[in-house]
Amino acid sequence: MANERMLMKGNEALAEAAVRAGCKCYFGYPITPQTEIAAYMSKRMPKCGGVFLQAESEIAAINMVYGAAATGVRAMTSSSSPGVSLKSEGISYAAGCDLPCVIVNVQRAGPGLGGIQPAQNDYYLATRAAGHGDFFLIVYAPSSVQEMADYVVKAFDMADKYRMPAMILTDGVLGQMMEPVVFSDPSDSTVNKDWAATGHKNERKHNIINSLYLQPEELEKSNIARYKKYDIVKAELPEAESYLTEDADIIVTGYGASARIVRSAVNAARAEGIKAGMIRPITLWPFPAEAYAKTVDTCKAYLCVELSMGQMIDDVKLATSCRRPVRFFGRTGGVIHTPAEILEQIRTIAKEELK
Amino acid sequence: MAIYQKPHALEDVSMHFCPGCTHGIVHRLVCEVIDEMGIEGDTIGICPVGCSVVSYDYFGCDMIEAAHGRAPAVATGVKRSRPDKFVFTYQGDGDLAAIGTCETVHAATRGENITIIFINNTIYGMTGGQMAPTTLPGQVTQTTPFGRDPKVAGYPVRICEMLSTLTGTAYAERVAVDSPAHINAAKKAIRKGFEVQKNEQGFSIIEVLSTCPTNWGMTPLESMERLRTEMIPYYPLGVYKDITAEK
Repeated sequence: MANERMLMKGNEALAEAAVRAGCKCYFGYPITPQTEIAAYMSKRMPKCGGVFLQAESEIAAINMVYGAAATGVRAMTSSSSPGVSLKSEGISYAAGCDLPCVIVNVQRAGPGLGGIQPAQNDYYLATRAAGHGDFFLIVYAPSSVQEMADYVVKAFDMADKYRMPAMILTDGVLGQMMEPVVFSDPSDSTVNKDWAATGHKNERKHNIINSLYLQPEELEKSNIARYKKYDIVKAELPEAESYLTEDADIIVTGYGASARIVRSAVNAARAEGIKAGMIRPITLWPFPAEAYAKTVDTCKAYLCVELSMGQMIDDVKLATSCRRPVRFFGRTGGVIHTPAEILEQIRTIAKEELK
Repeated sequence: MAIYQKPHALEDVSMHFCPGCTHGIVHRLVCEVIDEMGIEGDTIGICPVGCSVVSYDYFGCDMIEAAHGRAPAVATGVKRSRPDKFVFTYQGDGDLAAIGTCETVHAATRGENITIIFINNTIYGMTGGQMAPTTLPGQVTQTTPFGRDPKVAGYPVRICEMLSTLTGTAYAERVAVDSPAHINAAKKAIRKGFEVQKNEQGFSIIEVLSTCPTNWGMTPLESMERLRTEMIPYYPLGVYKDITAEK
């Protein structure tokens, strides 16, 4: 069934793709709207010699991932916003130990217990503060069920390549919706991990997986080395989709579920003669700043659309060096914007900024 | 013939432990067992936050540092991904019985096939002597300056007793390292824990009553005396669970 077209939920497509990418261990904990991932893994993993374990908490789950990743296997956990807050300690430790692993956040509305409806309010958490200390995660934001499958594979590959945790930042819309998906051939998961704790067989010195440096100079050295790696990631990894941007006067930007609605609104605006376009970041970290920078000379105004009170907009302003107005339109609390609402925003900008 | 030598599994480095502290004894016992079983190359150890925080430099097997309290969860991830390896954690009482209680209890009830070495010295050592979940009633610490008052601070946790109620616990024994006889018994218990793991019989924990002269404000000798006269009466030594003895 390698290249068969199948109709699947986003969460399940992601889970299946993870298995095909060589994920050997999945540790999870129930929370809406990501529980399908755990349910799928509980059926699938035992059949392919993998590990499924329902942990006692989100905290335990990420620490199980940390342990499995420390032995060099591909490991994943998934959760939704409040659960990802709990994982932040473990994510920081994994980043501090340079452990490749994948964390999936199927976002729901917050803060606090919030609600169970979709949201994009964890952009800061994913790209700025996934835990304490100086570190970043690779963050992918899929926008279709197909991309849920494709980018979890990429997340594993890039996590291994750069030795750092990667996150899939998605939302309840993409997790729950059904679309056709075609699984690509499994990626090569046989990466040399001579740093892993696998038992030294009396053939080498013991490997130590650790993020503790009691000497400030040593810790500084380690952090600087990690940031040098981040520079490479920033040069190599940014990914974005640019849609009708060449002649666009107004560029609307959004990721994940928002981008799907933005696309409809942009098409509607074009039908009315407004030169609108879209930039859809696929990597949220590293942010695809170049995709924006090359539009600044010709584009007159930007509109950032998020299911939040405005988080990604900071990066859009930085990427455009604040040379053009960047407006914001967001719905929160689990409310989803309609194409008509976004179109109305585009019309207003056309009226006010394109004189 | 060598009568006494450093175990191979113990790295030849200076330890940071305070004079008179019993961590060194317990490290040595674990390493002697690893040597005798010939499993150093197939063992992965996990040390979390606390006085054992840099023990990855002392144990010669592959080592993983864990966040405070999370060692049993980390060990679970290690064991599930590498079931053919010996996996042990080395945790203090604050780590295991306060912040990590949840991870400890659930690793035990899952029957996770790992071995926990649990150091109970009734105090937080690394942070300078605060009340631990195992601090005895009346005991003076930095955060119980008038002595632990159970009306305010609750009662000490008896871990072996608690974990022995769980079906998944295969072996739970409390030992002490205050005398040569007790040290020999402690080593036997640690060996037993690793044997239980070897035979895939489930979760094993060896609670080691230990001293902390620095934070108790006592000499090493006075500390040993306190262990005998105050700790053992509250934390009786013995086997609390042993499924290998059950018929």
